[in-house]
Amino acid sequence: MGSLTLKNICKTFGKVEVLHNIDLEVEDGEFVVFVGPSGCGKSTLLRIIAGLEDATSGDVIIGGERVNHLPPSKRGIAMVFQTYALYPHLTVKKNMSLGLKQAGESSAVIEERVARAARMLELEPYLDRRPAELSGGQRQRVAIGRAVVREPKLFLFDEPLSNLDAALRVNTRIEIADLHRRLGTSIVYVTHDQVEAMTLADKIVVLQDGYVEQVGAPMQLYNDPDNIFVAGFIGSPAMNFLDARLLDMPPDVRTIGLRPEAISLGDDGPIAGKISHLEHLGADTNVYVHVDDKLVTVRLFGQHDYEVGAAVRLCFSPGSVFRFDEQGKRIR
Amino acid sequence: MQRVRHNLLNRALAHAALITYTIIALFPVVIILINSFKTRKAIFRHPLQPPTPDTFSLIGYETVLKQGDYLHYFQNSLIVTVGSLFFILLFGAMAAFALSEYRFKGNTLMGLYLAIGIMIPIRLGTVAILQFMVAAHLVNTLTALILVYTAQGLPLAIFILSEFMRQVSADLKDAGRIDGLSEYRIFFRLVLPLVRPALATVAVFNMIPIWNDLWFPLILAPGEETKTLTLGSQVFIGQFVTDWNAVLSGLSLAILPVMILYVIFSRQLIRGITSGAVK
Ligand SMILES: Nc1ncnc2c1ncn2[C@@H]1O[C@H](COP(=O)(O)OP(=O)(O)OP(=O)(O)O)[C@@H](O)[C@H]1O
Ligand SMILES: [Mg+2]
Repeated sequence: MGSLTLKNICKTFGKVEVLHNIDLEVEDGEFVVFVGPSGCGKSTLLRIIAGLEDATSGDVIIGGERVNHLPPSKRGIAMVFQTYALYPHLTVKKNMSLGLKQAGESSAVIEERVARAARMLELEPYLDRRPAELSGGQRQRVAIGRAVVREPKLFLFDEPLSNLDAALRVNTRIEIADLHRRLGTSIVYVTHDQVEAMTLADKIVVLQDGYVEQVGAPMQLYNDPDNIFVAGFIGSPAMNFLDARLLDMPPDVRTIGLRPEAISLGDDGPIAGKISHLEHLGADTNVYVHVDDKLVTVRLFGQHDYEVGAAVRLCFSPGSVFRFDEQGKRIR
Repeated sequence: MQRVRHNLLNRALAHAALITYTIIALFPVVIILINSFKTRKAIFRHPLQPPTPDTFSLIGYETVLKQGDYLHYFQNSLIVTVGSLFFILLFGAMAAFALSEYRFKGNTLMGLYLAIGIMIPIRLGTVAILQFMVAAHLVNTLTALILVYTAQGLPLAIFILSEFMRQVSADLKDAGRIDGLSEYRIFFRLVLPLVRPALATVAVFNMIPIWNDLWFPLILAPGEETKTLTLGSQVFIGQFVTDWNAVLSGLSLAILPVMILYVIFSRQLIRGITSGAVK
């Protein structure tokens, strides 16, 4: 029903190729997150799914139907934008009902759906206000409400939390997760924040420079990354990468990766370093250790005190070392 | 405390400069207005004096209104100005929307081509325009004037409006598309209201030159039926005798509609001019 298939999507702007042969399956009810650094083509891909941008080649299939030729409003999708994009001259209620009115729904249906969405998103007190009279968080809820009333087969979110402050971001994130649980509709969600991706997704799609680097469940990407880019992108603080010659490794291994949380400090580890900085976060302590000319992050649980400048050794189990070859591919 | 006094001084100076400028700018207008209510003798003897019971006279206004066609000229000017403004804003905004919203081959080139008119005065083409109007049987029609003024106003209008339209949130337009609004509704309902200050700016900048223009009315529509106010007022300026009462009264009346239009647009205009500075 609400499934999405992308087949061999390519996109060029002028001479610049921004998306290269993207294939993707999103199953009905799945929460899929596109994640990647700025400019990697996440928004472009989302806009191609929405029909706001034409793919240079390839097919978009929503709910089993090829929709390449359909305008956005006929694709059975709804989209939430980073900048909310509410109609400034319309009240909250009219903002939410405009799409349905355009689609020719009866006013009884519109009333009922708007009322339901407003109740769900706690927007009832604001229905007669204009967007300018709402806070950022309320505006984003209205934008979500506008998407919900369309009862789409597929929700598209483009960095919906980026304009919110940190506390509100966590709240809204939980609301979106809750929304997904209740509606059970498929969601494609774009973000460059890997924490959002990890916390929300059933499936993460990691993009870089218009290529899909890896697709998988959050823990799969964390535990079993295909390459150095995914390994470095997923997980916070990011994985440490060191020259393979520091350890006794086969000759094809060029780089080794160590998660900050897999390292502890001791007297008899295989790698020596010097403490250069400490960050006390209460529950965790981040220790930055100079190894040769690299800075290695070590995440210790609980509160620890070390002297800056002290010589330490990094301890870790051999099984926690990720190995990468010259091209950055993982050697398993 | 120091800062406050400094600010006060600054503000006093700024206001002094602005007030001086206002006085200089308004001086001729006021002179015209007060003299239009005076007898001919008084105009020449004490041009700076406001009308007194002795020198007060409405003879100028009487002449102007008795001239009969004055109201008609007035109407012609109004039709031409409002008509031209309407088309400049409509077509200018549409072209600006296309240039700023759609990617197509030659977009930049088209934008440049449309902007050339800012630098080349349309009067250079007067002869060709006249030939064209003759061929199209449009000489001595208000249509001819509206067409020419629309062409004259479009380049700057497109230039200014496309700059403003680029600033309208792309997400907003996309949200409209997802809700199923047609491109026309997106243009008229979403984009135009958001660039209203820019529209007012363009309207004011175009209004006064069109209202005051003597050149094209003289060449394209000098007939009695289609005379504009500026052209019509020339009858009082003779080669040997000039009826100053009538000229001054005529001019005073001619200011009115422009003032009214200006008041309508001014709030938006100020927002349009300052929006860049405030953001
Ligand atoms: N209309 C356009 N014309 C030309 N190039 C474009 C256009 N839109 C996007 N691009 C280019 O395509 C690439 C991908 O852009 P996109 O907006 O998809 O990135 P993104 O992954 O969403 O980044 P961000 O996280 O910053 O939003 C960028 O290099 C961008 O410069
Ligand atoms: Mg983006």
